[in-house]
Amino acid sequence: MGMNLGIDFSSLLQWNDFTVDLAAFAVKFAILVGGLLQLPPLLVWIERRVPALMQRRRGPNRVGIFKWRLYGLLQSLADTVKLIFKEEVVPDGAHKVFYHLAPVFCVFPAFLVACAIPYGPDLAIYGYKIPLSVVRMDVGFLFIFAISSLAVYGVALAGWASNNKYSLMGSLRASAQMISYEIPLGMSLIPIVLIYGTLDLGKIVEAQNSFFQWGVFTAPVSLLIFVICMFAETNRAPFDLAEAEGELVAGFHTEYNSAKFAAFFLGEYVSMFVLSCLASTVFFGGWQVPFVSYDALVTMLGSPNFVAPIGILMLLLKAAFFMWVYIWVRWTLPRFRYDQLMSLGWKFMLPIGLANVVVTAIVLAVLRFK
Amino acid sequence: MNPYIPVIVVLIFGVVLGGILSGLAAFLGPKKYSREKMDPYECGVPKVTAGSEKMSVKFYLTAILFILFDIETVFLYLWARTFKELGWLGIIEIAVFVLILVVGYIYVVRRGALEWD
Repeated sequence: MGMNLGIDFSSLLQWNDFTVDLAAFAVKFAILVGGLLQLPPLLVWIERRVPALMQRRRGPNRVGIFKWRLYGLLQSLADTVKLIFKEEVVPDGAHKVFYHLAPVFCVFPAFLVACAIPYGPDLAIYGYKIPLSVVRMDVGFLFIFAISSLAVYGVALAGWASNNKYSLMGSLRASAQMISYEIPLGMSLIPIVLIYGTLDLGKIVEAQNSFFQWGVFTAPVSLLIFVICMFAETNRAPFDLAEAEGELVAGFHTEYNSAKFAAFFLGEYVSMFVLSCLASTVFFGGWQVPFVSYDALVTMLGSPNFVAPIGILMLLLKAAFFMWVYIWVRWTLPRFRYDQLMSLGWKFMLPIGLANVVVTAIVLAVLRFK
Repeated sequence: MNPYIPVIVVLIFGVVLGGILSGLAAFLGPKKYSREKMDPYECGVPKVTAGSEKMSVKFYLTAILFILFDIETVFLYLWARTFKELGWLGIIEIAVFVLILVVGYIYVVRRGALEWD
């Protein structure tokens, strides 16, 4: 059985399911990538301004256009330009292939996962239904887990290929931490699959139609585990032992500079965004508007196409909240010790995650099976 | 359209983007060779041993345990998806499975495989 691409070239000149799909994919993908590439500079700026506010200093506030300083908004842009034009220093003894490959592994999983998130309700244009995720698939969950684990390779290769002890230690710590917290992360979402009965992210959002069916109410323990794992998976404070600057210089990317360093930044911030979106999608109803059901909105506004922008805005707001939590926690909590980190993951999160699955299953079975 | 065709397109895009970022500096930046600059940065002290020489065996152990437990997680996903169809039978079977998993987990903890000191 070969793969049938279903391309009939004469049909490419008119609108049909295939050409609509193709055009929709091109437009959605262009918008998503455009948005994701703007994200890191903006987030870096927020991440420098927010702690400045917390610590009563100014933070970057100079770089703007001509006389408008824009609160230093363009600082990150200037930094990016500077980074890209810096000299690249590849240390002697670095593994030539893996050293250059590691940033690639940090960038592409984040972008792939971003494509599976449903950003809004379906559009209906001239009778064609267009889902607002770049790739709508029925195994969204499995896809996200499979792809996001690939980011470990970037971290592991970066440290190992740099020929630097600090890099190696940082990458070992980071990769051990990432794989350790992947298990509770996976476990935390099983109750969601149990409750909504599907692996399709779009359907999970549709199932959270009324406010009290949001994942945060149906599976609160899962949310707790998920949020903790979210921090660990992205190597963010309080789990940023990989780049504990007091002991390890900068962790796995000590030997990286210029554009490659920017690539690590891009990967980190995009995956932060993606995990925030995932948390909103699974636990906070995704693009659903609180207290108003989707059908009510459609009848109120007259067309699903008018609901879609509201939905996208809702999801982005919810995701923005989680990103804010990322930054907030980073400047509030001190860093864990490595043994504390590992035993939290293995001895606390894993049993709780498993117990959560078991209890949810039993409760659901008693409620649903007679 | 097969939903995995876009996935492949996105994959290629991601790899190309990463590749461009990774390769960009070689064309844009200045290049001035100096022996000291090429040394790995280890706080300025000349390095004594190779970078990737020794690592704690604990990390291997963590990786092995990860493979064991992660496969269990994936297995639980399949059950969770077919939870309604399998009914009580599925619950009993998964209970046996989880029980074996828990016995293994207790063994791992008691042997001190999860101790970091």
